[in-house]
Amino acid sequence: MALDRSAIRPPIAMLAELTHRCPLSCPYCSNPVELTRINSELDTETWQSVFKQAGELGVLQLHLSGGEPASRRDLETLVTSARDAGLYTNLITSGIGLTERRLKALDEAGLDHIQLSLQGTDAPMADQIGGYKGGFDRKMKVAEWIADIGFPLTLNAVLHRRNLHQLPRALEMAVEMGARRIEVATVQFHGWALKNRDTLMPTREQAREADRIVSEARAALKGTLVIDYVPADYHSDFPKRCMGGWGTTGLNVAPDGKVLPCHAAETIPHLQFDNVRDKSLSDIWYDNSAFQAYRGTDWMSEPCQSCERKTVDFGGCRCQAMAIVGDASATDPVCIKSPHHGALQAQADAHASVADAPLVYREAPGKESEPAE
Amino acid sequence: MELDAIPYLPRGVRLHFDKVRDTWVLLAPERAITLDQVGQAILSELDGTRSFGQITDDLAAKYNAPKDQIVQDSAGFLKALRDRRFLEVQ
Ligand code: SF4
Ligand code: SF4
Repeated sequence: MALDRSAIRPPIAMLAELTHRCPLSCPYCSNPVELTRINSELDTETWQSVFKQAGELGVLQLHLSGGEPASRRDLETLVTSARDAGLYTNLITSGIGLTERRLKALDEAGLDHIQLSLQGTDAPMADQIGGYKGGFDRKMKVAEWIADIGFPLTLNAVLHRRNLHQLPRALEMAVEMGARRIEVATVQFHGWALKNRDTLMPTREQAREADRIVSEARAALKGTLVIDYVPADYHSDFPKRCMGGWGTTGLNVAPDGKVLPCHAAETIPHLQFDNVRDKSLSDIWYDNSAFQAYRGTDWMSEPCQSCERKTVDFGGCRCQAMAIVGDASATDPVCIKSPHHGALQAQADAHASVADAPLVYREAPGKESEPAE
Repeated sequence: MELDAIPYLPRGVRLHFDKVRDTWVLLAPERAITLDQVGQAILSELDGTRSFGQITDDLAAKYNAPKDQIVQDSAGFLKALRDRRFLEVQ
């Protein structure tokens, strides 16, 4: 049963995927396996209208993302419009494509905050994972410009079996760069990462070691560096919470204007999405069937339906239930109460013990790509 | 917070009036915090020159409320902001 319009609160955050283009090709990219081509991207005016509509709808936080958002030549103009729409504007970037001049222009445009991704803590690791030679050195230069201008910075370290041993150095680097916050995110298996589980799945020991390092660093760096941590969820007993609940806090606009409840929602085949080219953002938020599909708790089956945690984690991730169990309304298989929990943990251990599996890089938009798993 | 500390909002943290929800919020990286009256009153007084003691003196006079009460009511809130680096002191 869908929720009544009056029972739906306005969204707080919007992720605008300005483009799927990116100079890097990280093997865990959360972009869909079917990438949007440049000629299908929304134009400047349409994005400006979307930002205005978002502000009117109640969105407070805007995340400009991609792909690499700096691949859009109109990024500076878009930031100006986002601030005019009253939005707190955050840029999620690899740094590649930013110059000192562009950063100064972004500063003038009113950009509030930058989130800089980290593929590894040295050039050999980072350039291998990102698939882009020279990327690490360039990123370090960009980090200096960011500090010189004084942008508030979050370092966003994505960790997996190949680079988890670099976590202590990543924490040091965040402090050296003057970041106030670091996101330590163990790779989540959506999008391209699903193809790379054999090479990216952390071992159980690595996952426990990361838990320990993070909790010690939180104590040692209190007041200096805020650490937000996403643990390895295949090795957890309870699932990661699905945002603040599906269709309650956030929405995603894809490069072609499709509006999604979350970045991975297109992996659920029966969902129907609307496009900002055809409908207002407000009508989509309140009425689109994909947003309604998993709002509230009525859609849940057992064991979630009678569980005391159902409004804590919202039954976990719908996209993961789809990918692993084949049913998007099932309990997230990470959960210890799911009948698939044992199999998932065994699968995680199996993925983690494959030696020498090659990295499958994300492709560029417009090339032939394999079908999604 | 010590009375002689001079608190300020660092770059990237700002007050915003949310017209849709009809309330003041504090916007910060990845967060939007709904402010109650005391929170909003204190944060809107921060100017990077007056100390916490002076600010609470002024608020006590303005709202005709005991200063101790204001200090006490805001202690937990300000500490939480400092722990997340949404508030700094000089
Ligand atoms: S049964 Fe469902 S609601 Fe309960 S903890 Fe597991 S996923 Fe969460
Ligand atoms: S469905 Fe999964 S991927 Fe989507 S927001 Fe929820 S937890 Fe995240």
